[in-house]
Amino acid sequence: MTGWLSRLLGRSEPAPQQGSSSIARERLQFILVHDRISLTPERMDMMKQEILAVLRKYIDVDGDSVDIALQKRDKNSLLIAEVPFTKSIHNEDYDPSRDDA
Amino acid sequence: MGAKVVTITSGKGGVGKTTTTANVGVALAKDGQKVVLIDADIGLRNLDLVMGLEKYIVYDLVDVVEGRAKLRQAMIKHRQFPELYLIPAAQTRDKTAVSPADMIQLTDQLRGEFDYILIDSPAGIERGFRNAVAPADDVLIVTNPEVSAVRDADRIIGLLEANHKEPGQLIINRLKPEAVRRKEMLSPEEITDILGIKIIGIVPEDENVVPSSNTGVPVTLMEQSRAGQAFRDIARRLMGEKVPFMSLDDASGGLFKRISRLFGGG
Repeated sequence: MTGWLSRLLGRSEPAPQQGSSSIARERLQFILVHDRISLTPERMDMMKQEILAVLRKYIDVDGDSVDIALQKRDKNSLLIAEVPFTKSIHNEDYDPSRDDA
Repeated sequence: MGAKVVTITSGKGGVGKTTTTANVGVALAKDGQKVVLIDADIGLRNLDLVMGLEKYIVYDLVDVVEGRAKLRQAMIKHRQFPELYLIPAAQTRDKTAVSPADMIQLTDQLRGEFDYILIDSPAGIERGFRNAVAPADDVLIVTNPEVSAVRDADRIIGLLEANHKEPGQLIINRLKPEAVRRKEMLSPEEITDILGIKIIGIVPEDENVVPSSNTGVPVTLMEQSRAGQAFRDIARRLMGEKVPFMSLDDASGGLFKRISRLFGGG
Protein backbone atom coordinates (compact mmCIF):
# COMPACT_ATOMS: atom_id res chain seq x y z
CA MET A 1 0.00 0.00 0.00
CA THR A 2 2.92 2.34 0.62
CA GLY A 3 3.18 4.91 -2.10
CA TRP A 4 -0.13 4.66 -3.86
CA LEU A 5 -1.86 7.17 -1.64
CA SER A 6 1.00 9.59 -1.69
CA ARG A 7 0.95 9.43 -5.46
CA LEU A 8 -2.77 9.89 -5.31
CA LEU A 9 -2.41 12.91 -3.10
CA GLY A 10 0.23 14.35 -5.37
CA ARG A 11 2.99 14.42 -2.82
CA SER A 12 5.69 14.20 -5.45
CA GLU A 13 6.58 17.87 -5.07
CA PRO A 14 9.38 18.61 -2.61
CA ALA A 15 8.19 17.86 0.90
CA PRO A 16 7.33 21.00 2.83
CA GLN A 17 8.69 21.51 6.31
CA GLN A 18 7.65 18.86 8.77
CA GLY A 19 4.12 19.71 9.82
CA SER A 20 2.18 18.62 12.86
CA SER A 21 0.96 15.43 11.18
CA SER A 22 4.23 13.64 11.92
CA ILE A 23 3.83 14.52 15.59
CA ALA A 24 0.27 13.18 15.45
CA ARG A 25 1.53 9.95 13.93
CA GLU A 26 4.25 9.46 16.53
CA ARG A 27 1.96 10.22 19.45
CA LEU A 28 -0.68 7.87 18.10
CA GLN A 29 1.77 5.05 17.52
CA PHE A 30 2.95 5.41 21.11
CA ILE A 31 -0.44 5.55 22.77
CA LEU A 32 -2.09 2.83 20.68
CA VAL A 33 0.49 0.25 21.64
CA HIS A 34 -0.10 1.07 25.30
CA ASP A 35 -3.89 1.07 24.84
CA ARG A 36 -3.81 -2.31 23.17
CA ILE A 37 -1.91 -4.13 25.86
CA SER A 38 -3.40 -2.03 28.69
CA LEU A 39 0.04 -1.10 30.00
CA THR A 40 0.11 2.45 31.30
CA PRO A 41 3.23 4.55 30.75
CA GLU A 42 3.78 4.47 34.55
CA ARG A 43 3.79 0.66 34.71
CA MET A 44 6.01 0.64 31.64
CA ASP A 45 8.46 2.86 33.49
CA MET A 46 8.48 0.52 36.48
CA MET A 47 9.25 -2.38 34.17
CA LYS A 48 12.06 -0.42 32.55
CA GLN A 49 13.66 0.28 35.92
CA GLU A 50 13.52 -3.39 36.88
CA ILE A 51 14.98 -4.52 33.57
CA LEU A 52 17.78 -1.96 34.01
CA ALA A 53 18.50 -3.23 37.51
CA VAL A 54 18.96 -6.76 36.15
CA LEU A 55 21.13 -5.60 33.24
CA ARG A 56 23.41 -3.70 35.58
CA LYS A 57 24.35 -6.90 37.32
CA TYR A 58 26.07 -7.98 34.12
CA ILE A 59 26.97 -4.94 32.07
CA ASP A 60 27.93 -1.36 32.67
CA VAL A 61 24.94 0.63 31.47
CA ASP A 62 24.42 4.33 31.17
CA GLY A 63 20.78 4.64 32.19
CA ASP A 64 20.22 7.82 30.18
CA SER A 65 21.08 6.28 26.85
CA VAL A 66 18.87 3.22 27.28
CA ASP A 67 15.78 3.06 25.12
CA ILE A 68 13.17 0.48 26.02
CA ALA A 69 9.89 0.97 24.24
CA LEU A 70 6.87 -0.76 22.83
CA GLN A 71 6.41 -0.90 19.10
CA LYS A 72 3.77 -2.19 16.77
CA ARG A 73 4.91 -4.17 13.81
CA ASP A 74 2.13 -5.54 11.62
CA LYS A 75 -0.24 -7.20 14.05
CA ASN A 76 2.28 -7.78 16.85
CA SER A 77 3.27 -5.63 19.77
CA LEU A 78 7.01 -5.79 20.44
CA LEU A 79 9.13 -4.68 23.33
CA ILE A 80 12.26 -3.21 21.80
CA ALA A 81 15.29 -2.49 23.94
CA GLU A 82 18.35 -0.57 22.86
CA VAL A 83 20.98 -0.80 25.56
CA PRO A 84 24.40 0.67 24.82
CA PHE A 85 26.96 -0.60 27.34
CA THR A 86 30.62 0.06 27.92
CA LYS A 87 31.90 -3.16 29.45
CA SER A 88 30.75 -6.35 31.01
CA ILE A 89 30.87 -6.73 34.71
CA HIS A 90 32.71 -9.86 35.70
CA ASN A 91 31.55 -12.21 38.34
CA GLU A 92 34.15 -11.05 40.81
CA ASP A 93 32.89 -7.48 40.43
CA TYR A 94 29.38 -8.50 41.18
CA ASP A 95 28.35 -8.31 44.75
CA PRO A 96 24.83 -9.70 45.22
CA SER A 97 24.42 -7.82 48.48
CA ARG A 98 24.78 -4.56 46.59
CA ASP A 99 21.47 -4.16 44.86
CA ASP A 100 21.28 -0.45 44.25
CA ALA A 101 23.37 -0.66 41.06
CA MET B 1 -29.37 -15.76 4.32
CA GLY B 2 -30.39 -12.81 2.13
CA ALA B 3 -29.36 -9.41 3.37
CA LYS B 4 -25.93 -8.39 4.48
CA VAL B 5 -25.96 -6.60 7.83
CA VAL B 6 -23.50 -3.69 7.88
CA THR B 7 -22.94 -1.72 11.07
CA ILE B 8 -21.50 1.80 10.96
CA THR B 9 -19.63 2.67 14.14
CA SER B 10 -16.72 4.81 15.36
CA GLY B 11 -16.16 4.96 19.10
CA LYS B 12 -15.88 8.74 19.08
CA GLY B 13 -18.99 10.83 18.58
CA GLY B 14 -19.44 13.43 15.88
CA VAL B 15 -17.21 11.87 13.24
CA GLY B 16 -20.03 11.27 10.75
CA LYS B 17 -21.62 7.88 11.47
CA THR B 18 -25.15 9.06 10.81
CA THR B 19 -24.18 11.02 7.71
CA THR B 20 -22.36 7.94 6.42
CA THR B 21 -25.27 5.59 7.15
CA ALA B 22 -27.77 7.88 5.42
CA ASN B 23 -25.59 8.46 2.37
CA VAL B 24 -24.39 4.92 1.83
CA GLY B 25 -27.97 3.73 2.34
CA VAL B 26 -29.34 6.15 -0.24
CA ALA B 27 -26.53 5.32 -2.67
CA LEU B 28 -27.28 1.60 -2.38
CA ALA B 29 -30.97 2.23 -2.94
CA LYS B 30 -30.20 4.42 -5.92
CA ASP B 31 -28.29 1.47 -7.36
CA GLY B 32 -31.42 -0.64 -7.09
CA GLN B 33 -30.70 -2.43 -3.82
CA LYS B 34 -33.38 -3.14 -1.22
CA VAL B 35 -32.15 -1.38 1.88
CA VAL B 36 -33.33 -0.89 5.44
CA LEU B 37 -31.56 1.52 7.81
CA ILE B 38 -31.81 0.98 11.55
CA ASP B 39 -31.06 3.84 13.94
CA ALA B 40 -29.59 2.09 16.99
CA ASP B 41 -28.82 5.32 18.82
CA ILE B 42 -31.69 5.02 21.27
CA GLY B 43 -32.40 8.24 23.14
CA LEU B 44 -30.50 10.35 20.61
CA ARG B 45 -32.42 9.70 17.43
CA ASN B 46 -31.04 11.54 14.38
CA LEU B 47 -30.95 9.35 11.31
CA ASP B 48 -34.60 10.26 10.63
CA LEU B 49 -33.69 13.94 10.50
CA VAL B 50 -30.69 13.49 8.21
CA MET B 51 -32.88 11.35 5.92
CA GLY B 52 -35.68 13.91 5.91
CA LEU B 53 -38.15 11.39 7.36
CA GLU B 54 -38.72 12.82 10.84
CA LYS B 55 -42.33 13.79 10.17
CA TYR B 56 -43.41 10.26 9.34
CA ILE B 57 -42.45 8.46 12.55
CA VAL B 58 -45.25 6.65 14.33
CA TYR B 59 -43.50 3.65 15.89
CA ASP B 60 -39.86 3.03 16.67
CA LEU B 61 -37.32 0.29 17.33
CA VAL B 62 -38.24 -0.05 21.01
CA ASP B 63 -41.94 -0.31 20.16
CA VAL B 64 -41.08 -3.29 17.97
CA VAL B 65 -38.81 -4.94 20.52
CA GLU B 66 -41.40 -4.52 23.27
CA GLY B 67 -44.24 -5.79 21.09
CA ARG B 68 -46.30 -2.60 20.80
CA ALA B 69 -45.86 -2.49 17.05
CA LYS B 70 -45.26 -4.93 14.26
CA LEU B 71 -41.94 -4.58 12.46
CA ARG B 72 -43.73 -3.38 9.29
CA GLN B 73 -45.46 -0.58 11.18
CA ALA B 74 -42.15 0.87 12.34
CA MET B 75 -40.58 0.82 8.88
CA ILE B 76 -40.78 4.22 7.18
CA LYS B 77 -40.65 4.12 3.43
CA HIS B 78 -38.43 6.71 1.75
CA ARG B 79 -40.36 9.11 -0.50
CA GLN B 80 -37.98 8.92 -3.44
CA PHE B 81 -36.79 5.32 -3.18
CA PRO B 82 -39.64 2.90 -2.45
CA GLU B 83 -37.20 0.11 -1.61
CA LEU B 84 -35.44 2.14 1.07
CA TYR B 85 -36.76 1.99 4.63
CA LEU B 86 -35.85 3.46 7.98
CA ILE B 87 -36.51 2.00 11.41
CA PRO B 88 -36.10 4.97 13.76
CA ALA B 89 -34.65 4.84 17.27
CA ALA B 90 -36.82 5.63 20.26
CA GLN B 91 -36.25 9.13 21.54
CA THR B 92 -37.53 8.80 25.09
CA ARG B 93 -35.79 5.61 26.20
CA ASP B 94 -32.19 4.54 26.71
CA LYS B 95 -29.92 1.87 25.29
CA THR B 96 -30.88 -0.74 27.87
CA ALA B 97 -34.35 -0.98 26.29
CA VAL B 98 -32.78 -3.16 23.59
CA SER B 99 -30.42 -6.13 23.91
CA PRO B 100 -27.90 -7.60 21.46
CA ALA B 101 -30.19 -10.66 21.17
CA ASP B 102 -33.12 -8.37 20.23
CA MET B 103 -31.02 -6.87 17.44
CA ILE B 104 -30.08 -10.28 16.10
CA GLN B 105 -33.72 -11.36 16.14
CA LEU B 106 -34.85 -8.17 14.45
CA THR B 107 -32.30 -8.36 11.65
CA ASP B 108 -33.03 -12.06 11.14
CA GLN B 109 -36.65 -11.10 10.44
CA LEU B 110 -35.48 -8.57 7.84
CA ARG B 111 -32.75 -10.56 6.11
CA GLY B 112 -35.08 -12.41 3.77
CA GLU B 113 -36.60 -9.26 2.32
CA PHE B 114 -33.61 -6.98 1.84
CA ASP B 115 -30.19 -6.82 0.24
CA TYR B 116 -28.63 -4.56 2.86
CA ILE B 117 -29.44 -3.77 6.47
CA LEU B 118 -27.39 -0.78 7.67
CA ILE B 119 -27.21 -0.13 11.41
CA ASP B 120 -26.23 3.32 12.67
CA SER B 121 -24.39 2.68 15.94
CA PRO B 122 -24.30 5.16 18.81
CA ALA B 123 -20.95 6.57 19.92
CA GLY B 124 -19.16 4.85 22.77
CA ILE B 125 -18.22 1.25 23.45
CA GLU B 126 -21.01 0.26 25.81
CA ARG B 127 -24.41 -1.35 25.44
CA GLY B 128 -25.51 0.67 22.41
CA PHE B 129 -22.35 -0.29 20.54
CA ARG B 130 -22.76 -3.94 21.48
CA ASN B 131 -26.37 -3.86 20.31
CA ALA B 132 -25.36 -2.39 16.98
CA VAL B 133 -22.49 -4.78 16.34
CA ALA B 134 -24.13 -8.02 17.52
CA PRO B 135 -25.86 -8.88 14.21
CA ALA B 136 -23.19 -7.37 11.90
CA ASP B 137 -21.69 -9.29 8.99
CA ASP B 138 -19.54 -6.27 8.14
CA VAL B 139 -18.49 -3.32 10.26
CA LEU B 140 -17.56 0.07 8.83
CA ILE B 141 -15.47 2.16 11.21
CA VAL B 142 -15.77 5.89 10.60
CA THR B 143 -12.92 8.10 11.72
CA ASN B 144 -11.58 11.60 11.11
CA PRO B 145 -7.94 12.46 10.34
CA GLU B 146 -7.46 13.57 13.92
CA VAL B 147 -5.69 11.87 16.85
CA SER B 148 -8.63 11.29 19.19
CA ALA B 149 -10.87 9.84 16.46
CA VAL B 150 -8.08 7.52 15.27
CA ARG B 151 -7.38 6.37 18.81
CA ASP B 152 -11.05 5.57 19.36
CA ALA B 153 -11.19 3.72 16.05
CA ASP B 154 -8.34 1.56 17.31
CA ARG B 155 -10.36 0.75 20.44
CA ILE B 156 -13.24 -0.39 18.24
CA ILE B 157 -10.87 -2.57 16.20
CA GLY B 158 -9.62 -4.14 19.43
CA LEU B 159 -13.16 -4.78 20.67
CA LEU B 160 -14.23 -6.37 17.38
CA GLU B 161 -11.21 -8.63 17.56
CA ALA B 162 -11.98 -9.58 21.17
CA ASN B 163 -15.52 -10.48 20.11
CA HIS B 164 -14.29 -12.58 17.20
CA LYS B 165 -15.85 -10.27 14.66
CA GLU B 166 -14.40 -9.52 11.25
CA PRO B 167 -11.80 -6.73 11.53
CA GLY B 168 -13.96 -4.04 9.93
CA GLN B 169 -13.19 -1.59 7.16
CA LEU B 170 -12.21 2.01 7.57
CA ILE B 171 -13.90 5.18 6.33
CA ILE B 172 -11.87 8.36 6.73
CA ASN B 173 -14.35 11.21 6.82
CA ARG B 174 -13.75 14.95 6.52
CA LEU B 175 -10.33 14.72 4.96
CA LYS B 176 -8.85 18.00 3.79
CA PRO B 177 -6.44 17.19 0.94
CA GLU B 178 -4.92 20.64 1.17
CA ALA B 179 -4.02 20.16 4.85
CA VAL B 180 -2.60 16.72 4.07
CA ARG B 181 -0.37 18.26 1.43
CA ARG B 182 0.87 20.81 3.94
CA LYS B 183 1.51 17.89 6.31
CA GLU B 184 -0.77 19.44 8.86
CA MET B 185 -3.21 16.53 8.71
CA LEU B 186 -2.70 12.77 8.91
CA SER B 187 -2.87 11.23 5.45
CA PRO B 188 -5.13 8.24 4.64
CA GLU B 189 -1.96 6.23 4.18
CA GLU B 190 -0.66 7.10 7.65
CA ILE B 191 -4.01 6.34 9.25
CA THR B 192 -4.39 2.93 7.61
CA ASP B 193 -0.78 2.11 8.49
CA ILE B 194 -1.38 2.99 12.14
CA LEU B 195 -4.68 1.12 12.39
CA GLY B 196 -3.72 -1.84 10.22
CA ILE B 197 -7.13 -2.37 8.61
CA LYS B 198 -8.55 -2.19 5.10
CA ILE B 199 -9.89 1.11 3.86
CA ILE B 200 -13.22 1.29 2.05
CA GLY B 201 -13.63 5.03 1.67
CA ILE B 202 -12.07 8.47 1.89
CA VAL B 203 -14.63 11.24 2.20
CA PRO B 204 -13.32 14.76 1.66
CA GLU B 205 -14.54 17.68 3.71
CA ASP B 206 -17.43 19.13 1.77
CA GLU B 207 -19.39 22.27 2.44
CA ASN B 208 -22.48 20.64 0.96
CA VAL B 209 -22.84 18.33 3.97
CA VAL B 210 -24.37 20.83 6.39
CA PRO B 211 -26.91 22.23 3.89
CA SER B 212 -27.74 18.65 3.04
CA SER B 213 -28.60 17.80 6.63
CA ASN B 214 -30.41 21.13 6.94
CA THR B 215 -32.76 20.06 4.19
CA GLY B 216 -32.78 16.31 4.85
CA VAL B 217 -31.47 15.48 1.38
CA PRO B 218 -28.31 13.33 1.65
CA VAL B 219 -25.30 14.64 -0.35
CA THR B 220 -25.22 11.36 -2.26
CA LEU B 221 -28.03 12.82 -4.34
CA MET B 222 -26.00 15.89 -5.30
CA GLU B 223 -24.08 14.91 -8.40
CA GLN B 224 -21.55 17.70 -7.94
CA SER B 225 -20.70 16.95 -4.31
CA ARG B 226 -17.27 15.42 -3.64
CA ALA B 227 -18.49 13.81 -0.44
CA GLY B 228 -21.52 12.51 -2.32
CA GLN B 229 -19.24 10.91 -4.88
CA ALA B 230 -17.15 9.34 -2.10
CA PHE B 231 -20.28 7.84 -0.51
CA ARG B 232 -21.49 6.48 -3.85
CA ASP B 233 -18.07 4.86 -4.27
CA ILE B 234 -18.29 3.28 -0.81
CA ALA B 235 -21.69 1.81 -1.70
CA ARG B 236 -20.29 0.29 -4.87
CA ARG B 237 -17.30 -1.15 -3.00
CA LEU B 238 -19.73 -2.68 -0.50
CA MET B 239 -21.44 -4.35 -3.46
CA GLY B 240 -18.10 -5.87 -4.39
CA GLU B 241 -17.12 -3.54 -7.24
CA LYS B 242 -13.53 -2.46 -7.57
CA VAL B 243 -13.79 1.30 -7.57
CA PRO B 244 -10.58 3.33 -7.70
CA PHE B 245 -10.12 5.93 -5.02
CA MET B 246 -10.76 9.50 -6.14
CA SER B 247 -7.81 11.72 -6.73
CA LEU B 248 -7.80 14.31 -3.98
CA ASP B 249 -5.49 16.49 -5.96
CA ASP B 250 -7.98 18.77 -7.59
CA ALA B 251 -8.23 21.86 -5.44
CA SER B 252 -10.28 23.76 -7.98
CA GLY B 253 -13.61 22.35 -6.86
CA GLY B 254 -16.16 20.38 -8.82
CA LEU B 255 -15.76 16.68 -9.41
CA PHE B 256 -12.48 15.01 -8.74
CA LYS B 257 -10.67 13.58 -11.63
CA ARG B 258 -10.53 9.89 -11.23
CA ILE B 259 -7.19 8.26 -11.35
CA SER B 260 -7.13 6.10 -14.42
CA ARG B 261 -5.10 3.37 -12.81
CA LEU B 262 -7.32 0.97 -10.94
CA PHE B 263 -6.29 0.68 -7.35
CA GLY B 264 -5.39 -2.96 -6.77
CA GLY B 265 -7.73 -4.82 -4.43
CA GLY B 266 -9.75 -1.64 -3.92
